[in-house]
Amino acid sequence: MTDQVAAKQLMDPASRDKEKRKKARKNFWTAMLFMLPAIAIIGFFLFYPMFKTLYFSFFVVNSRGDTISFAGLSNYLYLWESSTFRTSMKATFLFALYTVPTTILVSLFLAVITNEKVRGIPFFRVAFSSTLGVSVAAGATIWLILLHPSVGVFNNLLAGIGFDRIGWLTSSTWALISVSITTIWMNLGFNFIILLGGLQNISEELYESARVDGAGYWTQLFKITIPLLSPTLFFVSVVTIINSFQSFGQVDILTGGGPNNSTNLIVYSIYREAFESGFFGTASAQAMILFALVLILTIIQFKFVEKKVHYQ
Amino acid sequence: MMRKVIIYILLIISAFLITFPVLYAVSASFMTTQEINRGALLPSSISFDNYVRAFTSVPLFHFLMNSFIVAFGVMVAQLIICSLAAYAIVFIPFKGAKVMFFLFVSTLLIPWEAAFLTNYITILDFGWVDTYTGLMVPFFATAFGIFLMRQQFMTLPNELWESAQMEGCTHFRFFLSFAMPLSKPILSALGIFAFLTTWNMYLWPLLLTNNDDVRTVQIGLKMMISAETGTNWNVVMAGVVMVLLPTLILLVLGLNHLKRGLTQGALKG
Repeated sequence: MTDQVAAKQLMDPASRDKEKRKKARKNFWTAMLFMLPAIAIIGFFLFYPMFKTLYFSFFVVNSRGDTISFAGLSNYLYLWESSTFRTSMKATFLFALYTVPTTILVSLFLAVITNEKVRGIPFFRVAFSSTLGVSVAAGATIWLILLHPSVGVFNNLLAGIGFDRIGWLTSSTWALISVSITTIWMNLGFNFIILLGGLQNISEELYESARVDGAGYWTQLFKITIPLLSPTLFFVSVVTIINSFQSFGQVDILTGGGPNNSTNLIVYSIYREAFESGFFGTASAQAMILFALVLILTIIQFKFVEKKVHYQ
Repeated sequence: MMRKVIIYILLIISAFLITFPVLYAVSASFMTTQEINRGALLPSSISFDNYVRAFTSVPLFHFLMNSFIVAFGVMVAQLIICSLAAYAIVFIPFKGAKVMFFLFVSTLLIPWEAAFLTNYITILDFGWVDTYTGLMVPFFATAFGIFLMRQQFMTLPNELWESAQMEGCTHFRFFLSFAMPLSKPILSALGIFAFLTTWNMYLWPLLLTNNDDVRTVQIGLKMMISAETGTNWNVVMAGVVMVLLPTLILLVLGLNHLKRGLTQGALKG
């Protein structure tokens, strides 16, 4: 009798366990079924290509993706010694330097002035975010005519006030700056929306109590707004830097990488190496360098900037 | 009072500077060639000749349709596929949910521009060059979409699922009749974002379209520039306006949705 009770007591948790494991297994397969399409797409078009690109970068590869011969590190060594690639890297970094801080400062300014409570604000918010709806191709085409040497608005303005016309896209001193201005304009919309959202998340009570304490506009801006906005600013700066390293369309339409490779940004350089010269191996090596750059920059930002970020 | 005046002045100057390129494009699309060459800022009369020419010099309407098909297809697929994956991570308790989420999000670090070479070879091997499939399928799932939908699903109370489960509701049923309908605002944000980014895509359709069959309108613009440059900027600008119109309308209508969605994705990491 007592044995039977004991046996039952032993059995029960065991069968419950079994039941639990069965349910866990069922859950696992249901979850996999739900995630299958996403795993397939992301695995096949993002994870797999990264390994394949790494593999390609050690080979001589033709434009159909056939590996011709093992090349070891020679693709990388070739890039190391190539003055064209060095020019391209320099242009890529300069471009990031020109575009990233300016984009963030200008869109922060726009977000701050549209966070005021005055009439007509919805109109201005639409105006400032409008460049999010402008495609790279359309935006670059508009700037192609604005910067046109003879009919462009910029040069007409310069000539009108008695200055010399500038070869915005044809002089190697100006071309990168022109591409940068175009890019900054195109990126304003996205950054503005994110920063405005961040501003609106800051609680109004903080400002009220600051006003009670007699804090003026600038004190509020630098003691409340900027510190509390720092997570958003952090996010925006990561995204903007990564975006700047991935710019392609504006270069293709405005300058085609020229003059003298002064606007040959890294993605454009990869594109030319692969699709104009047909060297997929060296193009893959460049793609790996781009990947490493993005990775390192993101890690650095997380390590050093995030410590100083103020979370609410 | 003084402060209000200053803010209005800043707002108006900024709005003028930022919208100027688009306004100029619209204005130039109505100008004659002489007016453009003279450097005029406004057309002397409104005529739609340039638009007629834009639609006849390249198959612009066909390109617009292609862009619409591709952007719409990617949008629908992303909404479904990203939501399904996010649902599994949030609502189905299984070993490895955290790992899967981490893997998905870590792909945010892989720049598409570093992967496009191999993807091009893949598409070539599949025989998907010059097809809608090749233009669309690689973008059917994004880490951003999964992340955004996960944040949204986490705001739904777990008790909802528990009581539905009591009544014998399966995960798939719950997904369809509760999780998705309750997430409409975020779904529309993700939808608008997916449509915009796909419509605006440039590098991938440039590589994948060798003829007019499935060529998108962004590449059509590049064709117009090389076909019309030098003389007919007004026609090119008419083309630009046609490309901008759909996305600008979408942006104006969906701005608030989009802002809520993007901010949620950005801030609640």
